[in-house]
Amino acid sequence: MIVWQKIVFFILFTVLLSACNEPILNNPYPKGLEDQQSVLYASFSERPKHLDPAKAYSSNEYAFIGQIYEPPFQYHFLKRPYELEPLTAKQMPEIRYFGALGQPLTETSTSDEVAYSEYIIEIKSGIQFQPHPALAINQQGQYLYHQLSAAQLENIQWLADFKQTGTRELTAADYVQQIKRLVHPEISSPIAELMKHYIVGLGDYAQTIKDKPRTALKDNDINGVEVLDKYRYKIRINGKYPQFIFWLAMPFFAPMPWEADQFYAQKALIDKNITLDWQPLGTGPYMLEENNPNLRMVMLKNPNFHAAFYPSEGEPEDKANGMLDDAGKRLPFIDKAIYLLEKETIPYWNKFLQGYYDGSGIASDSFDQAVQFTGEGEVALTASMQAQGIQLQTAVNSSTFYMGFNMLDSVIGGSNEQARKLRQAIAIAVDYEEYISIFNNGRGVAAQGVIPPGIFGYSAGEQGINRYVYDWHNGHAQRKSIAAALTLMQEAGYANGIDPLTGESLVLYLDTAASGPDDRARLNWYRKQFAKLGIQLVIRATDYNRFQQKMRDGNAQIFMWGWNADYPDPENFFFLLYGPNAKAVHGGENTGNYQNMEFDRLFKQMSYMSNGTERLAVIRKMQEIIRYDAPWVFGLHPKSFSLYHSWYHNLKPNLMANNELKYRRIEAQQRAQLRKQWNQPVLWPIGIIILLMVVLIFPAVRSFQRRAKETIK
Amino acid sequence: MFNYILRRILYAFPLLLGVNILTFVLFFIVNSPDDMARMQLGQKHVTEQAIDNWKLQRGYQLPLLINQNEAGLNKIKETIFYQKSLRLFVFDFGVSDSGRHIGADIQQRMWPSLAVALPSLLVGLLVNISVALMMVLFRQSYLEFSAIVLCIIIMSISSLFYIIGGQFIMGKLLMLVPISGYDTGMNAFKFLILPVLISVVSGVGAGARWYRTLFLEEIEQDYVRTARAKGLTETQVLFSHVLKNAMIPILTGVVVVLPLLFMGSLITESFFSIPGLGSYTIDAINSQDFAIVRAMVFLGSVLYIIGLLLTDISYTLVDPRVRLS
Repeated sequence: MIVWQKIVFFILFTVLLSACNEPILNNPYPKGLEDQQSVLYASFSERPKHLDPAKAYSSNEYAFIGQIYEPPFQYHFLKRPYELEPLTAKQMPEIRYFGALGQPLTETSTSDEVAYSEYIIEIKSGIQFQPHPALAINQQGQYLYHQLSAAQLENIQWLADFKQTGTRELTAADYVQQIKRLVHPEISSPIAELMKHYIVGLGDYAQTIKDKPRTALKDNDINGVEVLDKYRYKIRINGKYPQFIFWLAMPFFAPMPWEADQFYAQKALIDKNITLDWQPLGTGPYMLEENNPNLRMVMLKNPNFHAAFYPSEGEPEDKANGMLDDAGKRLPFIDKAIYLLEKETIPYWNKFLQGYYDGSGIASDSFDQAVQFTGEGEVALTASMQAQGIQLQTAVNSSTFYMGFNMLDSVIGGSNEQARKLRQAIAIAVDYEEYISIFNNGRGVAAQGVIPPGIFGYSAGEQGINRYVYDWHNGHAQRKSIAAALTLMQEAGYANGIDPLTGESLVLYLDTAASGPDDRARLNWYRKQFAKLGIQLVIRATDYNRFQQKMRDGNAQIFMWGWNADYPDPENFFFLLYGPNAKAVHGGENTGNYQNMEFDRLFKQMSYMSNGTERLAVIRKMQEIIRYDAPWVFGLHPKSFSLYHSWYHNLKPNLMANNELKYRRIEAQQRAQLRKQWNQPVLWPIGIIILLMVVLIFPAVRSFQRRAKETIK
Repeated sequence: MFNYILRRILYAFPLLLGVNILTFVLFFIVNSPDDMARMQLGQKHVTEQAIDNWKLQRGYQLPLLINQNEAGLNKIKETIFYQKSLRLFVFDFGVSDSGRHIGADIQQRMWPSLAVALPSLLVGLLVNISVALMMVLFRQSYLEFSAIVLCIIIMSISSLFYIIGGQFIMGKLLMLVPISGYDTGMNAFKFLILPVLISVVSGVGAGARWYRTLFLEEIEQDYVRTARAKGLTETQVLFSHVLKNAMIPILTGVVVVLPLLFMGSLITESFFSIPGLGSYTIDAINSQDFAIVRAMVFLGSVLYIIGLLLTDISYTLVDPRVRLS
């Protein structure tokens, strides 16, 4: 046998042998792992920028650090409306109010009376940090790795290369350390400037430590934040800020041991990308075992995790839905969570269908394959999804997308009657129900105001409609007719959309950073909506940076924007229209630069009130003002559709919590069986292809051989 | 030859400086340091103070190219360009704007890129040459005609189609290989089969036709006629004479791309979730991370210059008539 034949034989033999040994050829994971442990397989499309809880502020970052770090409070997993409960705290904080002279005040005191308030937080004893080399000590109690020598560094490429790890008990000082970190210039926390306004002494503290290394934080104290004893600390807030409690449930206020800053400050580690921004150190149910954001991120169950149990109460339907089956059981259920980098939706979707991912969203490309609408307009899974036992879960996001008007603009802005009626007419003409149907596959709810469903102050039904845009008809909100909008146009002085100054169609400008091929259809749709009123909409597409600049300078006329809730309070939405937050004037989040004195007054009043009928009444007044003034066309609240395999349990959407992984449960055996069933390789086409090639080449070879043997005649 | 190589290396310095300045100017025409800060700090609650802090920490508070507030050499030295770009000449890529060490990232990401690109190149070369030789061997037969038609069809189809189609057929329908993913060590093998196969198949149309042209040009030469007249078989003529003489353009074409294999392929790596360098630059542009953009452009330029130099050297190795002077 000649050499090449031997090689071909060897390759075929190896392939066949491996095919016999491995019944599933397309399994992207190492063999046998999923049978032995409860492993979650998920993905991420964009690597998280930061895992330092002082820096991280986006959902893809919270997906990781929410499982690793524990702020003092958390959102109850099952209860709705969203409710805060203690996490590492022993109980909810004790809040005290004081007047300008330091005299104690009651909770009902107004914001004008309260000079400052104090939050006293007591944490549980006995909570331990995850095993980490930063906490490793020798028998003399000295830290092993805080001053690494060249010899120690020689074999260190990853954090896991450190042979020794240690732990210690969580203390109140660790929470205070993290508050100090928020304002250190090296860290650049996104909430640093915001918190300087609220936390007493934080601004001064920033000045004190601005030229000092991070390691100096421990020895410098903040005036308004104090460690009372081992388990108690106090935060002093300027005035009254009831929403501060929500911030205390975010990773910004999770504990950070000073040892972490000391350990990660070593240059040799920074040069190897071993930093606190990439290698967290927390007390949560999971710890990051592997952080390779270019490939995968792996979280392991934290062996030091404190006792935590699945909730035993929730909403009335939770029991029937099986959400309380694990009530009282110790958390977490999943041993290991593997997040793989998956940039494209098509391979991700196909791997989900093969059972290699436990859950998936639905991209537009695969929407029809996954979901269908019934005759009654209800959403249902397609037969193929049902056959695989896939579960569908939908939730309206606590987000609002809107079309904003620049209130500083001379045509569309201002509080005069002409501009207001023009805005109201546009609000009627831009049909967001149609938009949701065409561009979102029905995944959204047309907004009636600034507050999305699930947030206090949102009203469903007739009471909650925007009566300037909708009528209540047969139990449904029905958009007013174009005739009504044209009447408003006439009243505004633009009969049939004609601008009396030019005698031609009124020209308005939509400023956008969306200029890709996918956006073209969307922008054309907007043009058509304005054309219903005879208005010519000119798209001023620009790059993202220039668009942001226009917004900051107040040079945009009409624009699209959105807001995702930081916390479940109406204040977090109404502040987007609060005058002192005007973007062009004060650099705030009021993108339309809307200003209404009565609205601003009510906003201040509402912000300091507790949820109840009085607050609801104020909220309704505020909604009425902005519906009438129409600084926005209230666009939509997006609806997320998620798919999960049958082996994935405890899946109640919680849009506020970011630490849900500990509640999830996987039936590993069931998954292994179904994966095997769904992924049997099909080998016969390979044989057909080889046969076809032989059939094709053989006559040519014969013919060549014949020709080669021919003699010249 | 030594003098020639030395001269080429010296020429590379102004070239790289020019590339650096161009990258710098182009990047900062589109993005200001303020924009970069906003991108890194996120969209919510970003104040001017936070932006100033960010710039100060990363040295972006300086003027771009000329510092009018300084005197003498400091006019140049106290600028973002000087502070950020000149270190590249000693391959100190520094830290990305998001805080990661770029050198470590490149070291980590270049191996997966190479793991896909090198077998794709070698197998592709082997297949392309084999197909081209077969077309020449069976020239003017139905096999050559069919192969040319097939090559043109293959060339006419977008590479994206091969990727999606390959994943669908091999990964989803036949379930022979994982649809996407990557692993380290020997575990990477099963993830490389499909991207390499697709790369070879999608490249065979253009490659085989190009090599066929080279072979046909050689086959008309006098020395081939002489070889045939000596009584050599067609296969002996092709493999011993034609292939050897056609190797010069083949070799030079391959050598020039060798250093660039480290840089990876954007689409392939993106669809197959291969953690290579292909998407590193694009991700950096999207996140306005100038530190990575300038490092990658610089690295690409250096590798390209090395490729051209190697090509020149390879000429002298395969063709004794060529002398570098």
